[in-house]
Amino acid sequence: MAKNTVNPDESLIKPKTLEEVRAMIKSHKRNDFIFSCIGLLTIVFALLTLLILFVDLVMDGYPKLNYQFFTEFPSRKAAHAGILSAWVGSSLIMLVTFITAVPMGVATGVYLEEYAPKNWFTDIIEINVTNLAGVPSIIYGLLALGLFVYTFHLGQTIVTAGLTLGLLMLPIVIVSTREAIRSIPVAIREAAYAVGATKWQVMLHHVIQYSFGGILTGIIIGMARALGETAPIITVGALTFIAFLPPAPLMMEPPFISFEWLQSGFTVLPIQMFSWLSRPEHAFHINAAATGAVIIMLTLLMNGTAIWLRYRIRKNIKW
Amino acid sequence: MATTQLLKDLPVSKRLAKNIKRNFIERVIEIILMLSALTAVFITVGIVYILVTEASGFFSDVSVFEFLTSRQWSPLFEDAHYGILPLISGTLTTSFIALGIAVPIGTVAAIYLSEFASHKARETVKPVLELLVGVPTVVFGYFALLFVTPILQKMIPSLPTFNMLGAGIVMGIMIIPYIASVAEDAMRAVPMQMREGSYAMGATKFQTAIRVVTPAATSGIIAAYILGISRAVGETMVVAIAAGQQPTFTFNPLEGAATITAYIVQVAMGDLPHGSIGYQSIFAAGMVLFVLTFLFNIIGHLARKRFAERY
Repeated sequence: MAKNTVNPDESLIKPKTLEEVRAMIKSHKRNDFIFSCIGLLTIVFALLTLLILFVDLVMDGYPKLNYQFFTEFPSRKAAHAGILSAWVGSSLIMLVTFITAVPMGVATGVYLEEYAPKNWFTDIIEINVTNLAGVPSIIYGLLALGLFVYTFHLGQTIVTAGLTLGLLMLPIVIVSTREAIRSIPVAIREAAYAVGATKWQVMLHHVIQYSFGGILTGIIIGMARALGETAPIITVGALTFIAFLPPAPLMMEPPFISFEWLQSGFTVLPIQMFSWLSRPEHAFHINAAATGAVIIMLTLLMNGTAIWLRYRIRKNIKW
Repeated sequence: MATTQLLKDLPVSKRLAKNIKRNFIERVIEIILMLSALTAVFITVGIVYILVTEASGFFSDVSVFEFLTSRQWSPLFEDAHYGILPLISGTLTTSFIALGIAVPIGTVAAIYLSEFASHKARETVKPVLELLVGVPTVVFGYFALLFVTPILQKMIPSLPTFNMLGAGIVMGIMIIPYIASVAEDAMRAVPMQMREGSYAMGATKFQTAIRVVTPAATSGIIAAYILGISRAVGETMVVAIAAGQQPTFTFNPLEGAATITAYIVQVAMGDLPHGSIGYQSIFAAGMVLFVLTFLFNIIGHLARKRFAERY
């Protein structure tokens, strides 16, 4: 019986001469070398492509990147157009986003990590947070259009845009808060409890403070994403041609602070870029490139800071 | 010393009162925290509610059958047709091109980073990848329209200015860092002993990477692909800028066609009255998009979770 069946792996079992073994090792080593070359080339290719794209963008936009570009309103003449209303709008919206998303995100993170009992209710919240992180941004825009604009009648204003981006940023803040809190050893909490602190005191004086760096990383990454986000703001109804500034939040005479700016129409940097990009004239494309260069530099700067912060924390803190 | 004296002098009831106050505050704080955690649920409920109510207005005028089978989408014209298929074909075509680029390159990059690269190289490239994930998509739209498409047009002279090929390629380049990053995480999570076992048997790095690490990290890698698909399907600005605005039922990447997201942007840029069929149609399209990405996200999440449990 056994004699008749042909063993398919006979070649493997058959004793080999030294030369054959050496040849095999050689070919395996060659495969190793070939793949590591391919891998390296792939990464270099991918990074290089992106680098070329960024350099091209900055080169295109470079002639426009001067002081005037930041102090002029958009204009029908490409040469005179600037991004004043766009960067002011972006800054104000970022302010609203920060105020809404950060306290809520941190609170949710603390609750899920420290307070929440292990039951179906908590599971539902967790599934929701995970899912929200993957919902396309334009869906948030539709939510905002239906809810903030037409149900709460907030209008197509700065406050609507800020809230929308706040919702978008929320999952990022929640996830980073949870990760930061999780890395704090139980011993710290137990020490605080042992001297009679209440749960909230433990949270406020110890857990949140020690995880501050990690939370900050998440906040910066979330803000960078909100800054570059275009689709939900378009859906909410940002105007593309805004030649005025929202009312100033600070005044010289009492009551010094005004909230009228929340009700103002707005435009933001990515929308300004999009609107210039949609025009056929080449001169406007240069404006778009300049705006793009500003956006990229801002987001790279923010994300870079966040990543640097995280690596520093990982390196310096050993519990 | 003084404090202990003070505590002893206090009548018990006051200390109790303080405890009650303390417990009350603790309780209130916990409820506040729970309410903010509930926002996540409210947002999801809000999304579903808004999409369903607005889309139900749409479906009271348009039959679901026509929506799913008609090959024409022109809700804003007088001769209105309401078939979602053209938008879906545009979405799928651009997504497939993007994945065709991002999956092979992202996987090879992940294997290299995880198994071949030196510690120092990995610690340098990984943050750069994370940095690239954060680049705003509108910027990639610029590349697609004004950098990649002109190059493609030199190779294929008949290519229109707005085409799905350029948009898909740029979207693929955009997703590479994301897929590479998630897949690399999955491979790093494979226990070192498995690699050591393989090396001890005389396997080379390449054999270990392909036959041991990759199979062990399969579900994590698949999660990376699926999350990549979800990103490609939901991606808005690149396709809105570079793929064209005309809903056409075609899978030919050399043509221009609108995707679901591009259609929503196109309508939102105009000024449609609240409650009109055009206004409602973006919610119907949004609902299809939400369901699609929701499915991908759930599958990706499950794959990732299964992976996390195994090791």
